[in-house]
Amino acid sequence: MLSDGRSLWESIAEAGTLAGRLQSPHAVIPLAELVHASSLGGRLEELRGRSVLLLTRNQMTAALAMIELDGVARRLVLCPPDLAREHLPGVARGADTDACVRDGASGTATLPGVVTCVAAQTPLWRGDVSRSRTHATEWVLLTSGTTGAPKLVLHTLASLTSALSGQARPAPGTIVWSTFYDIRRYGGLQIFMRAVHGGSLVLSDPVEPVVDFLARAAAAGVTHISGTPSHWRRALMSGALATLAPRYVRLSGEISDQAVLDSLRAAFPGVPVAHAFASTEAGVAFEVRDGLAGFPAALLDGNGPVELRVAGDTLRIRSPGTALRYLGEGAEPLRGPDAFVDTGDWIEQRAGRCYFMGRRGGVINVGGLKVYPEEVEAVINAHPWVRMSLVRARRNAILGAVVTAEVVLADGGSGQEAPPASEALTRELTEACRRALAPHKVPAAIRIVPSLEVSAAGKLVRPVA
Amino acid sequence: MSVRSTITSQFQQVAKEQDRMLAPLSDDLRLVQSGLDSLSFAIVVARLEDSLGIDPFNGSESIEFPTTFGDFVRLYEHFAK
Repeated sequence: MLSDGRSLWESIAEAGTLAGRLQSPHAVIPLAELVHASSLGGRLEELRGRSVLLLTRNQMTAALAMIELDGVARRLVLCPPDLAREHLPGVARGADTDACVRDGASGTATLPGVVTCVAAQTPLWRGDVSRSRTHATEWVLLTSGTTGAPKLVLHTLASLTSALSGQARPAPGTIVWSTFYDIRRYGGLQIFMRAVHGGSLVLSDPVEPVVDFLARAAAAGVTHISGTPSHWRRALMSGALATLAPRYVRLSGEISDQAVLDSLRAAFPGVPVAHAFASTEAGVAFEVRDGLAGFPAALLDGNGPVELRVAGDTLRIRSPGTALRYLGEGAEPLRGPDAFVDTGDWIEQRAGRCYFMGRRGGVINVGGLKVYPEEVEAVINAHPWVRMSLVRARRNAILGAVVTAEVVLADGGSGQEAPPASEALTRELTEACRRALAPHKVPAAIRIVPSLEVSAAGKLVRPVA
Repeated sequence: MSVRSTITSQFQQVAKEQDRMLAPLSDDLRLVQSGLDSLSFAIVVARLEDSLGIDPFNGSESIEFPTTFGDFVRLYEHFAK
């Protein structure tokens, strides 16, 4: 429920706000249809009071089920489509689920404790649907760990929508959101919550080429669009951004370096390009709209609902948007004793501004000296011929490890001319790093590669340290 | 390019990049007196792995750690065979 106690449906069904629609490559569903129809084929009541695994591959049915089940289910567990099957039993146990929702006709799940399995489908089933609210539904998100079992993060509708509270609703029909994210991940879920409160939402699709997605978004009149810096770099490389005419562009989920911010500002002249800090555990902390990387240090002393501080060099957050706890046996505490969540993001302050330098776990140790891959990547990415880069450790007998970099070139570079020979370019990049970084942070080797792997969560895949 | 000339040019290139004064590269030059620091050596080893495809220090074979430039070259020549 929202902090005012309403369910998601009650909140979005407020007079005048049911003008929005959900749009996938295969379907367009006006939200108003849910007044007399359901994606759950008349079986909604079987899920009342249950702890429900949301297992659909399809984002459209996931979106509809989320709207329908808040206030009805005891608990709603959002499984992203790329969740490895071997982790499912652990998720089911950890979240104490007894029901599941999956795509139509896909049989019953043989999962521990799951006794009811309901198919979600479109077109909607027409009939009487009770939208009465009987439960304060708990929302469970899975963190996308690179390896190992995902963590189960417990939220409420109030914590998930805390960044929306106090914001005026847009006039119906004026805002069309889209996001590269899957809406079952925190970054995508934030966009989903914003969109259904008075706007429409164009859903992405994992098998759809980025050019087609952007064309579909443009045709749907998308006004607000969000993704990770890696999503945006891929979109910039597609050459298809010109079709889009957004009024607001947002980045979150990874560090937004100056290069990607500048590229987006150049691609969308006059359009606000905002980067937000949010994580599944810490919630949405703030949004930066001045077009510069990092955030003003003054935010650390703010006395609003979101409190930020830097301790042990990492950013800590206490806010109504933070998750309550991790679920599962023997789960570690999610918050510290003072209710602050340690984000694990290393912050460096320079001239009144705080910069994200990297993740605590991602540090490379070069002869006892720390290197955060992201700070080296930011220098490399600032070069006009570079679209993205990945900095990693290479084992080294002399210093334990040295830093190396893989670089993907931008298509157009600074002009239309061909890129410099790779040897000249790697020399230029090494020089740029030498000017900006301490000697141990300068990559010992730089390689030009055709592409870098981006995960289903839209983040650059980093080797496990 | 021979293994020796590849190594020589890497020593010179890295010394230049790291602003180190490189001693003349004779076989009996002791590596500690070459003018390169440990970071420079680490970079040389990483670059040689890329250009020669070998890293004698990271292999399973136990090696005698080179103390002179000549030892260093011979180590790489041995593994390049």
